[in-house]
Amino acid sequence: MGLLDQRFENGNIVVTSVENLLNWARLSSLWQMQFGLACCAIEMMAASASNFDIMRFGVIPRATPRQSDVMIVAGTVTLKMASRIKRLYDQMSEPRYVISMGSCSNCGGPYWEHGYHVLKGVDRVIPVDVYVPGCPPRPEALLEGIMKLQEKVKKESLVRKSA
Amino acid sequence: MLTDFGRILIFILLGAVFVAGGFFASWLLRPRRPYAEKLSTYECGEEPVGNAWIRFNIRFYVIALIFLIFDVEAVFLFPWALVFRKMGMPAFAEMAVFLLILVVGFVHVWAKGDLDWDKPRPVVPTLERRPPAREPAPPRMAELPLT
Repeated sequence: MGLLDQRFENGNIVVTSVENLLNWARLSSLWQMQFGLACCAIEMMAASASNFDIMRFGVIPRATPRQSDVMIVAGTVTLKMASRIKRLYDQMSEPRYVISMGSCSNCGGPYWEHGYHVLKGVDRVIPVDVYVPGCPPRPEALLEGIMKLQEKVKKESLVRKSA
Repeated sequence: MLTDFGRILIFILLGAVFVAGGFFASWLLRPRRPYAEKLSTYECGEEPVGNAWIRFNIRFYVIALIFLIFDVEAVFLFPWALVFRKMGMPAFAEMAVFLLILVVGFVHVWAKGDLDWDKPRPVVPTLERRPPAREPAPPRMAELPLT
């Protein structure tokens, strides 16, 4: 059991300082799980390339869910892939975040009405932190999504959530 | 006075402290909420099936052995190529002998058919002369006349 994780009822000066350090460390090294599902993955690759350089945000692609913090669902989630996505998300170690990139994984996108094989939004199987709209979103949009996620991580707390 | 080995000891101790500190900080900070799905084996998202300890075909062994030999050969060839100009003819002769020995092994393997991935047929030795025909079997009990 982690010693600090959600062991506190209310925040004090020590907890908040540790919190700041933890959140800073986490938001500066959002390692990404390296996989792409469809054409959004091409934009994701462009975001990794030198022009946009997603690594300056600390987003490093990792080849295994055990080492990754953020899962960028880039592309169409077919029903066949959905169970795999769920399993991969389960296998990620906490803290873990999900960025849903593009219309397909946000809501089914162009397959909304007639896509018999497409999951209508990846948030039906896993919890999503940030939605990046676009079809496909430009690399700048993905960077914006990363920054939004960083803002979210910055607000995290060690204090146990009261019911 | 610190000897050279003393410095190495300090280096080792610092390394141990560094690793132990990493583990300690990780234990201190990490959330630990395990459940069955999270602990399951990572198989690229697939459901892990069966045991990882399965039997491999014995033919992989021969292939691996051959690969290893020629891998090592390549490793030897690279530094040899670097010093070849300086050493001249003796180096060439030595490498030629070395390669010749390996080629003999290669020819042997090839001739034995270990490079063919098809399942080799078992060689049944044949006799030049057929063995003499056996004497007719004695009549069975039921065929004997009743006395």
